[in-house]
Amino acid sequence: MARFEGTADYVATEDLKVAVNAAVLLRRPLLVKGEPGTGKTVLAHEIAKALGAPLIEWHVKSTTKAHQGLYEYDAVARLRDGQLGDERVHDISNYIKKGKLWEAFTSPKLPVLLIDEIDKADIEFPNDLLQELDRMSFDVYETHETITAKERPIIIITSNNEKELPDAFLRRCFFHYIKFPDRGTMQAIIDVHYPGIQKTLVSKAMDIFYDVREVPGLKKKPSTSELLDWLKLLLNEDMPLEVLQAKDPTKAIPPLHGALLKNEQDVMLFEKLAFMARRQN
Amino acid sequence: MFFNFVDELRAAGIGASFKEHLVLLEALDKDVIEQTPEAFYYLSRATFVKDEGLIDRFDQVFNKVFKGLLTSYGQTPIDIPEEWLKAVAEKFLTPEEMEAIKSLGSWDEIMETLKKRLEEQQKRHQGGDKWVGTGGTSPYGNDGYNPEGVRIGGESKHKRALKVWEKREFQNLDNTRELGTRNIKIALRRLRRFAREGSADELDLDATIEGTARQGWLDIHMRPERHNAVKLLLFLDVGGSMDPFIKLVEELFSAATTEFKNLEFFYFHNCLYEGVWKDNKRRWSDRTQTWDILHKYGHDYKAVFVGDAAMSPYEITHPGGSVEHFNEEAGTEWMRRVAHVYPATVWINPVPEKQWNYSQSTKMIKELVGGSMYPLTLAGLDDAMRELTRKKH
Repeated sequence: MARFEGTADYVATEDLKVAVNAAVLLRRPLLVKGEPGTGKTVLAHEIAKALGAPLIEWHVKSTTKAHQGLYEYDAVARLRDGQLGDERVHDISNYIKKGKLWEAFTSPKLPVLLIDEIDKADIEFPNDLLQELDRMSFDVYETHETITAKERPIIIITSNNEKELPDAFLRRCFFHYIKFPDRGTMQAIIDVHYPGIQKTLVSKAMDIFYDVREVPGLKKKPSTSELLDWLKLLLNEDMPLEVLQAKDPTKAIPPLHGALLKNEQDVMLFEKLAFMARRQN
Repeated sequence: MFFNFVDELRAAGIGASFKEHLVLLEALDKDVIEQTPEAFYYLSRATFVKDEGLIDRFDQVFNKVFKGLLTSYGQTPIDIPEEWLKAVAEKFLTPEEMEAIKSLGSWDEIMETLKKRLEEQQKRHQGGDKWVGTGGTSPYGNDGYNPEGVRIGGESKHKRALKVWEKREFQNLDNTRELGTRNIKIALRRLRRFAREGSADELDLDATIEGTARQGWLDIHMRPERHNAVKLLLFLDVGGSMDPFIKLVEELFSAATTEFKNLEFFYFHNCLYEGVWKDNKRRWSDRTQTWDILHKYGHDYKAVFVGDAAMSPYEITHPGGSVEHFNEEAGTEWMRRVAHVYPATVWINPVPEKQWNYSQSTKMIKELVGGSMYPLTLAGLDDAMRELTRKKH
């Protein structure tokens, strides 16, 4: 199995590589947490790309139940077909809809299974999956068959920390917390996304970006993906460098700040701080 | 291999299990990592730590266990900026010590002294005597005292020479909550009572099949979705003797708000009187009459009081007994009314159960809620929820 070393589009830090490789080689789920916008979901895409494996995505919602990942029995369709005298009605397996875990277990090529935002679901959701993730097999009661994974799939699980996860579940996973990238890593990420971008522009933009993150009391700190969006906007608008360089305190709000601050309270807070800074000068 | 590592982790409150230890050994066996200390650190971190709040604690344990074992890997000695050292020296050394060091004239000696001094303070701090300040009077209180982490690993440009785990970058994420909200939520779940209310938006398969069989054509039946129909009134004691329990009560409160859809909460002080409030900042201007609550919320609500019930007995028994205002009717009256309107009433007390008998007011309150007083522990919560479920209304 090839090692994951990051890809041309994704900058992986050393600790992330170790965690991913451990999860891939030992075939244990990797639980990824981190601030929103630090690339948790993207990671699964990039691992799949790097390993040349198909990616199966299971996006979890608050209404998602664990058994939906295995299979669903469409009784209503069967009932309707029974009404119409359809021949298919005699074979119950026509009405079994495969879930994402089933897909991953029976995939012809070793897949990467992404269970996205597992904390969105009910508090019992992870517990309900323990057995299946451990044994890598489950029973289909309607057809009396057992689905067993040919090979344990690579499983990436992301969480936004909205709910705590049960210990028994955590014990089975490797864990990685994507911390906010430092300046060096950020520079590398920008280089990957916008090759050939003007160095001074990036440097000025990053100054402003990290300043904004330092503002105390922000409801939502801007993250990597927001910086990238903002840079894209600056490039699109052909923003002259002088605007960013201007240390004029009357223009303390960065241009196109809508890409960085996503909350009207944050914008107001920022304006207030800018106003106070102006008065001090 | 590494058994003392696991022991130390467990001692530090990181729930490292045998299973994880085996995983680590398996990973080493399969050559998951290159043989460098950093890679080993990352691997063991990914294996043992499952909560970013514990990473800092893990870093400390790692440093303690492997100190000296891993330093010989050709790393340059720690490079500490001089101005930092000066700043720390000013902060932690007495003037006499400064003089003594100056006469020694060697940074090595200063380093040694500093370190000893810091270690000593760190120990005392953990021991929990005078270094643990309340209300932020102690210079080392509040955020906790941290000798090496912040300053060296912080914004300094010299940090490259430090080993990763010594930087302790995760230090301000550490959480020392003993009772996670998850456990509380699980305890509260006991109170769930599912009922079908609201719009019919779910297919009732059984009824549909039966109807279809009866009619001979497709006869769809719908029903409302099942959800938790328990209604809860939460009364929280604030201020005064409740201050030490704020954290615990907050956790209970946050767990309860996510667990129950029909939850109303009110604050009171010491004992329930004619008025309660929803916002502590406006407790004087924006009060809710207790009568209004009794009238508004029906008998099917369950009332939960959270308070230490520690007060002067007069505050309960006498009109005008309240420490804050003049109450025309005694607390007993109000408590009786609530217990009458809401047959399912419990009092949850954060004070340990053993001490209840030493406080007369606690005994009185317990009597007023029909003996349903439970400690704010997981087992206590569990019992309280059981009691609430038992009482039909």
